[in-house]
Amino acid sequence: MKILVGVKRVVDYAVKIRVKPDRSGVVTEGVQHSMNPFDEIALEEAVKLKEKKIATEVIAFSLGGPKSSEVLRTALAKGADKAIHVQVSDDEAAKLESFHVAKALQKIVEHEKFDAVFLGKQAIDDDSSQTAPMLAGLLDWPQALYASKVEDGGSGHMKVTREIDGGLDTIKVKVPFVLSADLRLNEPRYATLPNIMKAKKKPLKAIPIKDLGIDITPQTETIEVTEPPVRQAGGFVEDVSALVAKLKEKGFVKA
Amino acid sequence: MLNILPRIRIPLRCYSAVLTARNENFAKVKQSDIMAFENFLGKDGVQKDDISNHTTDWTGQFKGHGSLVLYPKSTDEVSAILAYCSKNKLAVVPQGGNTGLVGGSIPVHDEIILSMNKISQQFAFDDTMGILKCDAGFILEELDNKLAKHGYMMPFDLGAKGSCQIGGNIATCAGGIRLIRYGSLHAHLLGVTVVLPDEQGSVLHLGSDIRKDNTSLHTPHLFLGSEGQLGVITSVTMTAVPRPKSVQSAMLGVQSFEKCCEVLKLAKSRLCEVLSSFEFLDDAIMECLKTNLGLHPVLNSPTPFSILVETSGSNEDHDMEKMSAFLDELLSKKLIVDGVLAGSSADAAKMWKLRESAPLAVTRDGYVYKHDVSLPLNSYYELTNVMKERCGDLAKRVVTYGHLGDGNTHLNITSSKQNENLEKLYVSILIPILLLIFRMYPFLYEWVVAHGGSISAEHGIGQLKLPYSNLGKESEERLLTKKLKNIFDPNGILNPYKMI
Repeated sequence: MKILVGVKRVVDYAVKIRVKPDRSGVVTEGVQHSMNPFDEIALEEAVKLKEKKIATEVIAFSLGGPKSSEVLRTALAKGADKAIHVQVSDDEAAKLESFHVAKALQKIVEHEKFDAVFLGKQAIDDDSSQTAPMLAGLLDWPQALYASKVEDGGSGHMKVTREIDGGLDTIKVKVPFVLSADLRLNEPRYATLPNIMKAKKKPLKAIPIKDLGIDITPQTETIEVTEPPVRQAGGFVEDVSALVAKLKEKGFVKA
Repeated sequence: MLNILPRIRIPLRCYSAVLTARNENFAKVKQSDIMAFENFLGKDGVQKDDISNHTTDWTGQFKGHGSLVLYPKSTDEVSAILAYCSKNKLAVVPQGGNTGLVGGSIPVHDEIILSMNKISQQFAFDDTMGILKCDAGFILEELDNKLAKHGYMMPFDLGAKGSCQIGGNIATCAGGIRLIRYGSLHAHLLGVTVVLPDEQGSVLHLGSDIRKDNTSLHTPHLFLGSEGQLGVITSVTMTAVPRPKSVQSAMLGVQSFEKCCEVLKLAKSRLCEVLSSFEFLDDAIMECLKTNLGLHPVLNSPTPFSILVETSGSNEDHDMEKMSAFLDELLSKKLIVDGVLAGSSADAAKMWKLRESAPLAVTRDGYVYKHDVSLPLNSYYELTNVMKERCGDLAKRVVTYGHLGDGNTHLNITSSKQNENLEKLYVSILIPILLLIFRMYPFLYEWVVAHGGSISAEHGIGQLKLPYSNLGKESEERLLTKKLKNIFDPNGILNPYKMI
């Protein structure tokens, strides 16, 4: 099984997000970036399947600006065999939509004959959660979304467990398929220094977006990005009766 | 069983509390004193009950017997308290976050506790010069968060940041994990407001609010590391540093201590101005973290030593380039056998969790004898080996972690806490513990001094190290500090039975 894994370069989860003064988006210059944590989980699962000899080759994919090659190097250090960077400019990257990513993935899959595409269930920057289902639609493949466990299902199938409200949902999907990884699927490994060194020698192919023939004209327009309203400071009350009086005054309890 | 343990622990752990009798020149707190305090602090400024968290230190090693906690809200109220106590010969112990490790911030006998918790109103920050002026009761982490809004941060960081207060940090000259980059607090302190324990409760504004002022004796620095002996710090003026935009962490596996020193040397020359931490953990503490806290090492293959190196800078590309070149060189020179470079803040957090949880992990063994000594690097790890051999089977573990970049080792020796029944208590617990203690002390401190080290690198003297405080210090220096103490505190009421 040859697996394509999508990895996105996002603002690190620990960074405090700031909105640009002109409200056109969030500040991304000069802030720490890392691989989208859910993509890390998807990658780890693919590498694990390769270690279990279920997968034969793991190829990392990223669509983004010049620095996306950094997350691809990390992916190579964490066990991917090759990497593909579909290049856009930073300005174009800021306006990319899930549909564009799904289209680019579709082109790569159709060109290089993959058996599965593993993606994070969402990227922590736009939280769209759309790429995996859109890609499954475009390829007309079955999808296994929000996976928390992946096993060999026998006779050309995979058995995937999904966390759903109130329990677990176990499904069998026919290969080829699209999978999106949930938080508890695994715990990603670290990129060790010897592997980082080895990763420098692994092939990283760069493809300009125009070579794929995809139209990345935005279909949506961002009108304004604003900070969430600032939480009002609380106050202290002396005792229970003062608290009750305050609650009555605000109309939270009946007078 | 549980309630008998603290009783046998006190004489074991707090030599000074046992050795130092109460000074009968001090008055005992009377009802009239309490009324006087309530008079000028208000009823909510005086606490008589439920004060055990103020009379016990956080490690549980030290327990005092004070019966009164005062909460002044301003410098003037501190002045009124100290004037009153000075006139009435009442002993006082100033207390910040009570996170010290040498029993310096809790009463020994019946000293009144002067809590700084409510002195946290004034805060001013000049974001051009990076100069901070604030009340002494602000919690370190709170200040750091306030500075973050201006793109700055506090120039030091320590495990207790969520509880410790800036006044206490100054009074103890706190060290921590950024010292290698930003220097000690001496490099940052500009001024303090202090109240002296004299009959006027004199308020002094020492130093200034500007960066350069070379016009007097550097009096604010007398209070840096003074452990509450000279006066009570109520306000602090100091410099903050620009908050780094890029922080890189890497964990390295090293085979020998000599190679650790080589790695340090290389880190200083290659990472240069962005190097912000160089922390050291040996395999014994790694094992302890795994067994006691379930924290697994980051590196795949176990190595005798692990090093956590961190860079802080303003440009990710620049820092990464330096870090990568440094790591390449380490590998090619075979100074390290394994290593992990954090790819995200989550990776970095896991690495730091190991280092920061080390003090907690050792406490789970039962009894822990913590040490905070600094040594020239050629003796740094030799101490661990010497103590391992000396303690033998009496110790459960001999572990070492610390700030290698500052020559500061936190050697911890632990022994098991056994749950035997009462009759067996003295035989099964007390004797092995006493044997261990006699094996360790004063041998360890004498060894450190003989090898050119300091018996307290950053934790201070307090009660814990008072019996050894003359080690490595000339008697003239001890005499000078006593004379100084006398000038500031003529009645000796401030933080007695400790340090000086």
